[in-house]
Amino acid sequence: MKHRAFRPATILGTAALLLLAHLPQAHAEGSDNPVARGHYVADASDCSACHTVKGGPPFAGGMAFKLPMGSIYSSNITPDPTHGIGAWSEAEFARAVREGVRRDGTSLYPAMPFPSYARISDSDMHALYVYFMKGVQPVARATPAADIPWPLSMRWPMSVWKTVFAPAVQSAQQDVNRPFPDPAIARGAYLVEGPGHCGACHSPRGLALQEKALSGSAGTLFLSGGAPIDGFVPTSLRQDRRTGLASWSEDDIVAFLSTGRNRKGESFGGMTNAIVHGTQHLTPEDLHAMARYLLTLGPSHPAAPAWHYDPAAAAELQRGDATARGARLYVDHCAACHRTDGKGYAPVFPPLAGNPVIMSDQPDSLVHVVQSGAALPGTARAPSAFVMPAYGRMLSPQQIADVVTFIRAAWGNNAPPVDAATVAELQKSAPPPVLDGKPVPLN
Amino acid sequence: MNAGKTDAIIIGAGWAGAILAKELTEAGLSVTVLERGDDRATAVEGDYPGSIDELRGAIRHRLFQNLSQTTVTIRNTIGQVAVPYRRLAAFLPGEGVGGAGLHWSGVHFRVAPDDLALRSNVIARYGRNFIPEGMNLQDYDVTYEELEPFFDKAEKVFGTSGEPHTIKGKIAGKGNTFAPDRSDAFPLPAMKDVYSASLFKTAAANVGYHPYSLPAANASAPYTNPYGAQMGPCNFCGYCSGYDCYMYSKASPNVNILPALRQDPKFTLITKAHVLKVNLDSDRKKATGVTYLDLRTNRQVSLDADLVIISAFQFHNVHLMLLSGIGRPYDPIANTGTVGRNFVYQTITTSRAWLPSTHYTNLFVGAGGAGVAIDDFNSMNFDHGPLGFVGGSPVWVNQAGAKPIAAAIGGPGGKAPTWGEGYKDAMVETYRHSLTIDAHGSNMAYRDVYLDLDPTYTDAYAQPLLRMTFTWKDNDIRMNQYVVSRIEPIMKEMGATRYSLAKLETGELFDTRRYQTTHLGGGAVMGADPKTSAVNRYLQSWDVPNVFVIGASAFPQGMGYNPTGMVAALAYWSAYHIRTIYLKNPGPMVQA
Repeated sequence: MKHRAFRPATILGTAALLLLAHLPQAHAEGSDNPVARGHYVADASDCSACHTVKGGPPFAGGMAFKLPMGSIYSSNITPDPTHGIGAWSEAEFARAVREGVRRDGTSLYPAMPFPSYARISDSDMHALYVYFMKGVQPVARATPAADIPWPLSMRWPMSVWKTVFAPAVQSAQQDVNRPFPDPAIARGAYLVEGPGHCGACHSPRGLALQEKALSGSAGTLFLSGGAPIDGFVPTSLRQDRRTGLASWSEDDIVAFLSTGRNRKGESFGGMTNAIVHGTQHLTPEDLHAMARYLLTLGPSHPAAPAWHYDPAAAAELQRGDATARGARLYVDHCAACHRTDGKGYAPVFPPLAGNPVIMSDQPDSLVHVVQSGAALPGTARAPSAFVMPAYGRMLSPQQIADVVTFIRAAWGNNAPPVDAATVAELQKSAPPPVLDGKPVPLN
Repeated sequence: MNAGKTDAIIIGAGWAGAILAKELTEAGLSVTVLERGDDRATAVEGDYPGSIDELRGAIRHRLFQNLSQTTVTIRNTIGQVAVPYRRLAAFLPGEGVGGAGLHWSGVHFRVAPDDLALRSNVIARYGRNFIPEGMNLQDYDVTYEELEPFFDKAEKVFGTSGEPHTIKGKIAGKGNTFAPDRSDAFPLPAMKDVYSASLFKTAAANVGYHPYSLPAANASAPYTNPYGAQMGPCNFCGYCSGYDCYMYSKASPNVNILPALRQDPKFTLITKAHVLKVNLDSDRKKATGVTYLDLRTNRQVSLDADLVIISAFQFHNVHLMLLSGIGRPYDPIANTGTVGRNFVYQTITTSRAWLPSTHYTNLFVGAGGAGVAIDDFNSMNFDHGPLGFVGGSPVWVNQAGAKPIAAAIGGPGGKAPTWGEGYKDAMVETYRHSLTIDAHGSNMAYRDVYLDLDPTYTDAYAQPLLRMTFTWKDNDIRMNQYVVSRIEPIMKEMGATRYSLAKLETGELFDTRRYQTTHLGGGAVMGADPKTSAVNRYLQSWDVPNVFVIGASAFPQGMGYNPTGMVAALAYWSAYHIRTIYLKNPGPMVQA
């Protein structure tokens, strides 16, 4: 992967090349304009996914995050001087983004991924500031106050949390500058660990909800899969053979981040927001860099057996034998699109055979997609939207458990069965049925 | 209320409207599409399994025109009083985004080149006297070679499955030997032949005909078109005609064009906008925009534009021209005027063969566009001299999936009882072991078959209804009878235990109560002579040159083939010349 910014470095020594590689810059294609560059950094950082409410003015905030102790709301980050950040200096802005400290000195909740944003380079931070001051329309709308009751509403414990768990900016920036095999991988690591804040969902968190690892240098827990978010389980992005990205090529990852779909699967849940608001806007060079970096992350479960396609389930169905648990339900409700061989018709209908989402120990994502359906919106590079219907309308928890068990067992997936009680429990956290969401994807 | 100005207004969000909207936004124009029905999406209309609820779907006409608001009146002959078409039966115009392109089957033909210059070809081969008195046989004033790039483009957008015969003059497959040469392959391989179609293929070849797999805009594999729009593959569920395909496999404006168009900031779609008329300036030589009724608020809205594209369903195009005063209305007595002239249809009869009980045709299986056809009796592919008629029919097994209610209403056929145990036994036999063979033929234009404004009936918006004066004519009945007689050897060769041959009867009148086909045509035909055509070869109004009228309304004759492929190619052809000629120098592109 060639990186145009590094081309002059070819005449320098390796050490100098690596040094240059560690001065990452967002490069909106062919743009020296800091507003355009800042816009690109905002896309790479997925800012609008949280700070823009669907259908509302850009970056006016107000999106609710429902936590066990109450709701918090994303801030108005438009340049409105009263309700937004228009009166903030660049230093104050950078401190908030990297350290989670508001202008008044109080702490942000770590729903804001400042432990990752601590890695954002000075030049990207400057561009980001210029963009929010000059490239965004001011909106005079107050951010709703968090409705968390006292004493949990006190923000000072957050300072303690940060001291313990959030990286000092200096050490985060040093980690960005660790050596990499080549500049593209360095660039990919910067995007994944920093602005892209992939670990916020895809890394496991500790008791205090801190990410257990914030970069590839911190061990194999980084991006090894996270806890359920809105009911969906973020998968491992490491080279885990059954539950990670071991079977995805560089091009598969690029296609997924660019369009939400590839020959291996389709996006659902929160990842769709990350793609729609964020990664689809990145240049192919940056997407390849991210993919190349992800491919360097070794498995977190190296002992797990590889997935191999097992033709037995398909052979049974194709000779009319639907006696296996859930097989008849699968034929009646799923096979038209996903086929009796489980291979689907990618990229329109994703394969179920060998799909890391399905082989996860936690059946949450699969159960939710079956009962609530899923909508893949169009992106600029793949304008077609696709919708899977919500089968919770017509299948009982027992039936969903049966069909999910079939899917998890068939074609070599060999994942454990699911019982009706688990499905019934998961129904409590189920996303709304797909067509209840507005707007409905038009296609 | 005036809603301002846009560069181009497009009336109707079906295939023609979507194609013109895509092309004109690509050319940099701001485009507003006005659609009187609802917006439609596979997510909703194709929401499985409700999407294949036959009662709500084809039986209660979910995707079709609401006749309680506006319809047509119909009579067979001049002198009769026409009465409104109050129940959808003989033909099924669509309504809503996608139009008839959402509920169609998907048979996706090009054109038989001879049909484009049928008058010239008939005269050259059989002499002027071969044309019966009163038949308005005409040429399109465009050649297949001119249209070929646009057929090719349309197939790539539609994701059409098919097998070629020749590409650039070289044999490239086992496709239709009568098909004209192609510049490129189909984007997808042909759909698989269902069992009944494969039997027909073998039998037709054995009796000396030239069978081929139908070109179908039902995807035989996953597909991404040049606009980036994606399709899933067809699973032969049989819910094509009358339905929104829940597999995203049947091409539609909604699946194949609108996903890209909806991302374009230059594109605006206004639904529930019923266009009342195209507004003309005082000398009626220029359109200034349109007036539409906002069906949500019941308020009239005028919208200005430099260019107006009329691209609704065939007879709506003619209706709107008549209501707006674009061109001169056709008068069959004086034989003057062009708008409403050459109103045409198609002849279609369905014959049935029953096979031994060891042969399962399973009529519930199928795909709307798939099947096997022969062209031996279509167009000018056979000698009409001793037969004494003009026109022809492809013949095919197009097993499109017989839905349970429709199959039960259609009955078991033959001499079976119409109720009771005998009916049920026969129904089972027919559903499992029979197949149908259609003669899907041409319909010529006649001086006394036409469209005009009804003098009596008005629609819900107080505008006169369109009146159809239509019946079958001897030339077309004899053509149908001849072609059906050629099916009989195939029936015997297939080993049918019994068969019934259906054909138009001599003197038979058009009956609106029975489904024929929705392939209506003409009424605003293209041609070289402004005395006999309403639009020129670029589908530009001869009379109001900033109005283009796109659709099957441009066909001078009803052809044997299904019309959508030709409509799409004409839409791309017209759009190309609007982009390359008209926009640079607005005005008549052909001097009258």
